[in-house]
Amino acid sequence: MDHFAWMAWTWPTATFFAALATTLATMTWLAVAYPETERVGVLRIPTTRGDRLFLSLILAAVIHLVWIAVVGTDPLLTLPIGEGVEVSSLWLATVLSLLSAAAIFRTV
Amino acid sequence: MEKIVNQKAWFLVLPVFAIVAFSAILPLMTVVNYSVQDTFGNNQFFWNGVGWFKELLDPSTDLGGRFFASLWRNLAFSAIILAIEVPLGIVVALAMPRHGWSVAACLVIMALPLLIPWNVVGTIWQIFGRPDIGLLGYTLNGLGINYNYVSNEFDAWATVVVMDVWHWTSLVALLCYAGLKSIPDAYYQAAQIDGASRWAVFKAIQLPKMHRVLLIAVLLRFMDSFMIYTEPFVVTGGGPGNSTTFISIELVKIALGQFDLGKAAALSIVYNLIIIIVCWVFYTVMTNAGAERRPTEGSV
Repeated sequence: MDHFAWMAWTWPTATFFAALATTLATMTWLAVAYPETERVGVLRIPTTRGDRLFLSLILAAVIHLVWIAVVGTDPLLTLPIGEGVEVSSLWLATVLSLLSAAAIFRTV
Repeated sequence: MEKIVNQKAWFLVLPVFAIVAFSAILPLMTVVNYSVQDTFGNNQFFWNGVGWFKELLDPSTDLGGRFFASLWRNLAFSAIILAIEVPLGIVVALAMPRHGWSVAACLVIMALPLLIPWNVVGTIWQIFGRPDIGLLGYTLNGLGINYNYVSNEFDAWATVVVMDVWHWTSLVALLCYAGLKSIPDAYYQAAQIDGASRWAVFKAIQLPKMHRVLLIAVLLRFMDSFMIYTEPFVVTGGGPGNSTTFISIELVKIALGQFDLGKAAALSIVYNLIIIIVCWVFYTVMTNAGAERRPTEGSV
């Protein structure tokens, strides 16, 4: 493990990248197993599932950054686990991102 | 007509992906890891959550103030050089000869600035602009214009902008020239018969033909100027004060000057995101601009 010390891994970032890798792998498998056709949506540009995933991820990043800048990260509530786990309001941005991703996959 | 997209060929890209993983993806993942932590060196890291991002996006903090200042500075720089280089490039391309031996001579001369390494360009202009030994600085001061890029903000900006114009207008001109060369002579002959003015020829024939290459030129020049580091660093070092400190110079100051890896990583990610978004917009516009004007499939 010493070889990776310079990468400074943390559990949250490792989980994030694992989720990202799983998403990409799933989308790759989908693209191979169920070839698709491009379609033109509300943006009036032809998009594939990959394009829509890309847009969703970029939009998710923007939503989180704007949330941090405008709303902040005050704790939303405290979960009664152990000494109490605070849930940041940033999770609302995550929910918003998932909703926007669903919207993008349906309409773009 | 429906076109089936077969994505299997992407698996052939796997070897490249493996190489890119080492040169780009692993470092990028490391940057993400750094951005949520603080370090005092010696590979000791402390969790900081989104703290750096909060600081970065709040202009009232030191980090946020520096980020937004350098971001606006950089956007202003990109806007200025685009406003100069694109029209100038078009004019130069229109003035270039279309036939004969002078074409080759022109192309070679135009390509020269593009072949010079960036730090050499910086060094050339650094010496060229010096009031004591530089041709430009000495001449300007001899003419009674008080020019000193080391102490005057306006002079520093003018030097960096003129240097970029000198370095990169050729690229725009060469791209436009390539667009112009693709116009068959018959178009000009038809325009001549119609008695079209020089302006009408430019607007109706030359500009539409240069449309695609111009988009590419704008994209390339925007990206390069938005990521500019070497030339202003060599010429002005980001000064006087912070007046020519563009984002990448600020980033290097934070990462390697102060060794604040967390702050620098957060800045890098936001910087990278801006570039990805701009690239995507340009790419989408570029790939779809032609498609819209294509005749409908029924008429083909």
